[in-house]
This record gives sequence, structure tokens and C-alpha cells, in this order.
Amino acid sequence: MKWFLNHNFNLKLMKNTYTITAFSENHIGLLNRITIIFTRRHINIESLTVSSTEMKGIHRFTIVVEEEEEQVVKVVNQIEKLTEVLRAKWYLNDDIVYREIALYKIPIDSAIDKNLEQVLREFNAHMADIQKGFVIIENTGHVDDTEKLYDILKPYGILQFVRSGRISISKQKIELSSYLKELPINEYVKE
Amino acid sequence: MKDSTKITGAEAILLSLLKENVDTIFGYPGGAIMPIYDKLYDRHHELKHILVRHEQGAAHAAQAYAQVTGKPGICFATSGPGATNLITGITNANLDSIPVVFITAQVTSSLLGTDAFQETDMISLSMPVTKWNYQVTKADDIPDAIAKAFFFAKTGRPGPVLIDITKDAQNELTEFNYKKIKSIRSYNPKPELKDEDIRAAILLIQSSKKPLLFAGHGILLANATRQLEAFVNKTKIPVAVTLLGKSAINEDNPYFVGMLGMHGNYAPNVLTNQADLIIAAGMRFDDRVTGDLSRYAKKARIIHIDIDNAELNKNVKADIAIHADIKEFLDEIIPVINYSANNRWLEQFRELEKIEQEKVTQKEYFSEIGKIRSGEVINLLSRKTGREAIIVTDVGQNQMMGARYYQYKNPNSLITSGGLGTMGFGLPAAMGAQVGRPDKTVILFTGDGGFQMTSQELGTIFQYNLPVKIVILNNNFLGMVRQWQQLFNERRYAETNMPTPDFPLLAKAFGIEGSLVSERSALNKELDTMLSHNGPYLLEVKIEKEANVFPMIYPGMAVDEMVLKS
Repeated sequence: MKWFLNHNFNLKLMKNTYTITAFSENHIGLLNRITIIFTRRHINIESLTVSSTEMKGIHRFTIVVEEEEEQVVKVVNQIEKLTEVLRAKWYLNDDIVYREIALYKIPIDSAIDKNLEQVLREFNAHMADIQKGFVIIENTGHVDDTEKLYDILKPYGILQFVRSGRISISKQKIELSSYLKELPINEYVKE
Repeated sequence: MKDSTKITGAEAILLSLLKENVDTIFGYPGGAIMPIYDKLYDRHHELKHILVRHEQGAAHAAQAYAQVTGKPGICFATSGPGATNLITGITNANLDSIPVVFITAQVTSSLLGTDAFQETDMISLSMPVTKWNYQVTKADDIPDAIAKAFFFAKTGRPGPVLIDITKDAQNELTEFNYKKIKSIRSYNPKPELKDEDIRAAILLIQSSKKPLLFAGHGILLANATRQLEAFVNKTKIPVAVTLLGKSAINEDNPYFVGMLGMHGNYAPNVLTNQADLIIAAGMRFDDRVTGDLSRYAKKARIIHIDIDNAELNKNVKADIAIHADIKEFLDEIIPVINYSANNRWLEQFRELEKIEQEKVTQKEYFSEIGKIRSGEVINLLSRKTGREAIIVTDVGQNQMMGARYYQYKNPNSLITSGGLGTMGFGLPAAMGAQVGRPDKTVILFTGDGGFQMTSQELGTIFQYNLPVKIVILNNNFLGMVRQWQQLFNERRYAETNMPTPDFPLLAKAFGIEGSLVSERSALNKELDTMLSHNGPYLLEVKIEKEANVFPMIYPGMAVDEMVLKS
């Protein structure tokens, strides 16, 4: 029950970074149903990651938006309302551990010439692959980290750069999987 | 036929519907849906099919059928244009939370995504306007898909669902085994009502001096009209209804204070801003109800009870937001609440009601000069039918008049397009209501504009001899838009003036009796003729051309600024 919610609604009109997670059945078209909720309200999705979870048939959506809390709450309620969504929640950055992966492709010549080893060590990055003519560096962290590394690697001549959407995990102990495992997917009326 | 014998997917569809106690289908055949219609040919004795004249009509009719029977409506359409023609009807049902199961045919699965003849991506198209949808490409999946469709449509906050079935799945053989759904793990249609919610609500109610109860469509959908009456009678709290909440309480009830919203009644709108407590029961604070939100019910604490969690704190922040079935909530609170609202508060409503009566209603009913007015037609019919008819309206002035001036008595006796405001809804909806309740007098109030949007359904009404009483309130205008043009665009009547055909003659072309009345002196007799006519009847009433619906909350106004005249 939300007792006297009015007092919690104190003009939370500041935009902030919110991470929305939703657990859903793995059904075709659900991604579309979820994104419609954002597009209808003109909310831009900063990043979106969908993956299977440890529970068979259940997928996890991780969606990052820059929004006001009030809007985020409404969007989360709309997502949770979908018949195929088991649970939707929202988090501020402080409530979660989150990461993005970045891959940087740089020419092998510049990689040899410069003092790359020290940079990789500082960023906890590593060489993911070496090919004729170029190397691929992998780094995991927050956007700030991977962007900083981008700036440092820029003089090396970045051939290609790619960054994943955010994945996150809450800092709370209880996770959805604890009660979901016991639920059968559908139950039928016995005749 | 034994369940273990193999049958086609098409037959499995019909058997599944029978398992869900379906006996009536509204639809229209076409190429991709032919296997289903072929099987229907053998089952006319148990599955009545109403052949409409346009798929939109089937959708509206199925919705109205659902509203008057309490059973989900069923609607068939073929792929491509058949399916896209449903979209307005699906959207209408979605915004008004009506359970309708739409079954659309689809091209053979090998052709999906190839822009095949009459292929449309119906799943994507219907996604934003359905509660749930699903494409079936294998006959084996049909029973489970239909079982889910019914479960989703009927439970929780009801709504339309759509199953798109490829032609090959209709023809494929399958072993039929139907199991009704009891629960689905991702879906919680029955939120748990907590004791603390009841306790908190009672606390707030007991400390209020000017409580006001809003009864919405949720009361009707939850089948909680008796509970509402009991609660109101016990607590003496004044009760106002939303447009779709009309008929949730007998308007004779001593605590009934009228309708909310832009063209609702004066007292409940004005006093919304005096109330110190609002109990919102199964309603959603639509913008047509609230007017300017920033000046809405600022003196009131708000208890909001809704089965849809996403409605809570959406438009109006609730002090107590209760996610529950309104019927359960009322059942729990009635025996334990000990409260009686002050009679002085109720009198405030009666005082404002008197003003509205004097300045608006009496003039509408008993105008002696000028042309016939909509209000007098509707009020006369309210009396002549003993308030027992099912009223269907189209959208616009006829709708607001129909809601205001018929005195509703029985649950679900007003069928109207609330959320979407679909012109053209009226005639097919009246047809669906009559199919669902052949024992009732069904009266349609429609305008000359809306009627012409779906007038082809006169053909359906004739074919099945549905004794619908059609009242066209003809002002040769798109009246509501014209009213706004008068009020806000300096009478610049852009494209709202419309010559009309000879409506009774049009009816006659369809084999339907009709007449025209333009003089007040003849109105009584014409209404009697219509009501006593055995079969469908069309009565065209020439009404005052530039009459307006008042009172009105102009756009941007607060509810208590409602005006009684321009």
C-alpha cells in the first residue's frame, strides 16, 4: 500500500539516469510491446539489452533512460501491466552494479609503437584478439571509463569502436528467480 | 466427435469457442478465413454468425454484445483489409476495457513476410491496441491460444485480444484437446486486497466531512453495482458517475448526484473542488473528467481503487492507492465501516442541481419555441420506456444528451464509446446490443454525421430483423464540432455543415420502417409509433440546428468553473 504518497512526490522533476529491468516470457513481439511504451511518451531509450536468464524461458530486459522519476514510475507500471511481463523495476545508478563492454580496433603498428601496456593495465583492459594489421582491445566498465579509454586510444588511430548496452544487477539480496522457479508457466482448469 | 480424432485447425477453432460457451459470432468472410467459414457452415445450429456489412461494424457489435451480456464478444475477419478494418473497433474496445476476442485469418505461413496478397502484419498493427495478441501458425497451438485469449480478455482489467491464424494452420490436422486456463505466471489478474488498505481507507473516510464517491466503469466491469448501492446507502456518501460509469447506480438513488466531466452535471463537477475526500472507485481520472489537472480536487484527500496498477497515480496522485478488485474492496469495507455523511453536504449538491435544472434541463425538456431539442426527445423516451431500455449512443452531442437526459436504472444500460469517441460506433453497437439482449428495447441516439459513417449496417439489421429503434437527431451539422467552432472559433463553421439524405427513405431501401418528425406537436405520437413497432424502426428527428450541450467545462477550465451557458 502506498500510504500518503503525496509526500514522496515532491517535485521529482529532475531528469536522472534510470535503469529499468523487466523479466518476461520469451515470446515473439514482446520487445515491440515494451518499446511502444517508451515511444508513445517520447522517451528515448539510451540503451537496451535483452538476454536469457538463469530461468528457462524467461528473458531479462535492461533499459536505460534519462528521465524524471515520475515518468519512469509510470513507464515501469505500464511494462509490468503487459500480460507477458513477470516483473518490472527501476533503479538509480547507486542501487545497482552495472557495466558496459567496449571493443576498440586499433592498427597494430601504432599499438606496438606506443606505451600501450601501461594504458591497458590502468584501465584493466586487455587485448581480445590480434589480427594481421590490427588488434582488438576489450574494456568493461561504466560509460565514463570506456569513454576515457577511447580518448586515450584516439591518438593510436581507432579503426572501429563499439559499446554494448548496459547490463546491471541490483544490490538487493532477493532476486526474482527465488520465487519464480516454483511457478508453473500455465495452470489449467481441471475438468 | 471424439476429442482424440484428428480434425482441422479450423474446426479446432470452432470447438474451442464452444468450449468457452460462445454462441454468437460477428464477422465477415474472405479468402484466408474460408476454412473457418466452411466449418461454420455445419455448425450454424450452435454458433450463430451475424454477417455484418463492414468489419468495423463487427468489432463494435461484438463489443456491445459483450457489454450487455457480460460474455466476451467474438469477432471474425479475414486477412489484410478485413483485419485492418477492425482496428478502430479494437482500439475502441481497448480504451473502454471491453473483453472481445478477435480472430483474424492470415496468409499461409510460408508466405509470411513476402507481401503476399492480402497479407498485413496484424500482430504489429494491433499490438498497441490489444491487451494481448498472438499469431498461430500450427493447428496444434490453436486450443491453447484461444484458451489464453479468453483468459486474458475476461480477467483483471478486461480488454480486447487478437489471434491471427494462418490459412495453413486452419487446414492442418490436429488432435483436439482443450484445456481452460486457470493461471499464467506472468499475469496477475486478481491483486490481493490487504487489510491495511481497508483500515487506511476507513480512517480517511471517517475523518472526512465532505466525502464524494466517483463510480467508474470498473463498477460495471467488476459486477459490483449491488455493492456500490449498499456502500452508498450505508454511508450516505454522495455518488457521482463517469460517462462509462452511467448505470452503475440507479439514478433514483437518494445519494446519486449526477455525472462528472466536461458535459456532466453542474453539482458534482463544481463540488469536486469543495470535497475533502474523493473515493475513486474503478475510474481513471480521464482528462475529460478532470479539466485542468493543476486545479483539480486540491482540497481533497484521494482514495483510488483500481484493478489496474498503472492507473494509480497516473493522472491524479492518490493519498491511498489501492490495487484491488473494486467488488472485493466494497465487499470487505461495507460490513466494517461505520460512517454517515452529513446531510448538509448532500444538500449542497441539491442546491446546485436546482440551478442546473432551472438554467439548462427545464429549457431542454420544455422549450416551447424553436425546433425540437435533443433533451426532450431523450427525456420523453426515458419516461415512455420506464427507464428500462438499453440506450446506445453515437459520439458527439447526441452522446452527451443521451447520457444526460435518460434516467438510467439497470446496470449496463448505456453503451457508448467513451475513451476513443468513435463516430460511427452507434449503429453497429446497437445491433450488437440487440443481438445480445433480444428481450430488451434497444434505442440508438445518433447524429446525422455519425450515422452516415456506418449506415451500411442497416443491411445487417434488416437481415436479422433486429428490432433496434434508431433515433437520428438531425441538425445537419457535425454538432459538437460546430459547438466548439461557435464557442472558440468565432462561428467559423469549417466543414461541419452537412446536407443529409432522406433517412427514412434510406431505411426503406433496406426494408426498414421509418419516419420523419420535425414538429414538436407530432413528436409524442411518432415516438409511440416507433416504440410500438414490431421490428427495426428509424425515426429522423429534425432538431434545433445550433443547439449546444451545456453545462460545459471549457478546455483549460477547472471543474468548478463549469459554465451553464455561453
